[in-house]
Amino acid sequence: MSYTADEMMTVTAARALRDQMTCFVGIGLPSEAANLARATHAPGLVLIYESGTIGAKPGALPLSIGDGILAETADSVVSVPEIFNYWLQPGRIDVGFLGAAQLDKFGNINTTVIGDSYADPRVRLPGAGGAPEIAAACREVIVVIRQSRRTFVDRVDFVTSVGFGDGPGSRQRLGLTGAGPSRVITDLGVLTPDPQTSELALSGIYPGVSVLDIKGRTGWDLRVSADVSEIAAPSEAELTALRDLLATMPASKATEGAAR
Amino acid sequence: MEGFTHLIPHAAGHEVIRQRRRDLTLVRMTPDIIYDQMIGAGCARKLVFSWAGNPGVGSLHRFRDAVEHAWPVPLEIEEHSHAGMANRYVAGASGLPFAILRGYRGTSLASQTAGVAEVVCPFTGERLTAVSALRPDVAVIHAQQADRLGNVQYWGITGVQKECVLASARSLVTVEAVVDVLHPRPGSVVLPSWAVSYVAVVPGGAHPSYALGYSARDNDFYVAWDAISRDRATFAAWLDEHVYQRPAAPPGPDGDTVLAGDTGTGR
Repeated sequence: MSYTADEMMTVTAARALRDQMTCFVGIGLPSEAANLARATHAPGLVLIYESGTIGAKPGALPLSIGDGILAETADSVVSVPEIFNYWLQPGRIDVGFLGAAQLDKFGNINTTVIGDSYADPRVRLPGAGGAPEIAAACREVIVVIRQSRRTFVDRVDFVTSVGFGDGPGSRQRLGLTGAGPSRVITDLGVLTPDPQTSELALSGIYPGVSVLDIKGRTGWDLRVSADVSEIAAPSEAELTALRDLLATMPASKATEGAAR
Repeated sequence: MEGFTHLIPHAAGHEVIRQRRRDLTLVRMTPDIIYDQMIGAGCARKLVFSWAGNPGVGSLHRFRDAVEHAWPVPLEIEEHSHAGMANRYVAGASGLPFAILRGYRGTSLASQTAGVAEVVCPFTGERLTAVSALRPDVAVIHAQQADRLGNVQYWGITGVQKECVLASARSLVTVEAVVDVLHPRPGSVVLPSWAVSYVAVVPGGAHPSYALGYSARDNDFYVAWDAISRDRATFAAWLDEHVYQRPAAPPGPDGDTVLAGDTGTGR
């Protein structure tokens, strides 16, 4: 079965989630991947959305983090202060699943402004939402993002959510309780942080993609891990499950795609 | 105006636009389409928020136009994270000057936003973040039901509305229906009438947001809003047809407004 780069990315992201994990899910690509995991190898995955829905089991892909289907299928629905204070902050959640507009080599995320000036931005993005505290407090963080020189930059214009800050030791100095980004999953491959330098290095490549392609779409001098490996193409079962899932999105949205 | 994706008081927002209110400080965790419309209509001088996007779709174009190009008027912003905003409401509802969380550490937001400061725990010495209390003049929320005494009940995604109402000097709740008896619902929030200033019956008053049990989120409209709002002229035409030329929602069968107990003498 042929497949697109986006499908490869979503399937790879879904594979990163294990059954019975608790997962704090951002909307868009992370939500697609988390729901794919639940529909395939991880039926017991606990999906938690910042709208306060804990253990949501949507049969259709939600457009927003507050669609009715999330509340109706949840094990528990709690208030917004409670989801952040009681559930996220103490470190109860295994994995935070985030998207990003810009990402740098230390896994710091920008979803606030593009440009040098916060007061007079070139592009105004939506802002922080729940991401800063998800990035701080989940036991680990997985970032899903399409890769280009525009999105993969040496330094983010604005640190909305902290990955490894300035490098080794930053998270400890800042008192961030979670371990930070464990992997970054793109439409070309997978990056993981070097345990010594905290810098993201290429550790997995999709079939048919070259290291040169990936370096050409990275805004810093990307290091390649010594044990870089090829990631298996999506199986027919994975692709079928993903396409079935995407077919449940509002029709006008499914054809539009790129705006996320 | 609160309502986290669910129960957003759109009809009330449209009335604010029709009354051509100006220079408002708008507070909302997720400005969403309703504040995009109010900002584009020129109602706001300042926006206090934590995530200004069209959920699952993309940008709020009227918000962006105001921030990037000061159209139709300049918009001052005060920006937080969700956890920060939620805790600011909690502090306001609790009658405290600030709330404490582990948050903002290492982010650029901490240096751009007033009302965020480091505090040291007097017991452990841990460095934590304090955020100043939110105390709005008015809270506006939408709920499923009120009874004839003005007690209010809402359920589903309950968001931060209780904290918003209790943090504010006065409050208005628009409701889908007035019922004789509020039957308890799992996970519901009940606001006693004396904690609410005014109740108005506005069936469908959350659209294109929704009221669980009464309506579904109009996801197609959220997608359509992207094109409507992208262009100033298209937006102005939409606003004229759907807000200015349309009278306020007709009153419910029990009259337009039920006066609830608290008329705003205290917080």
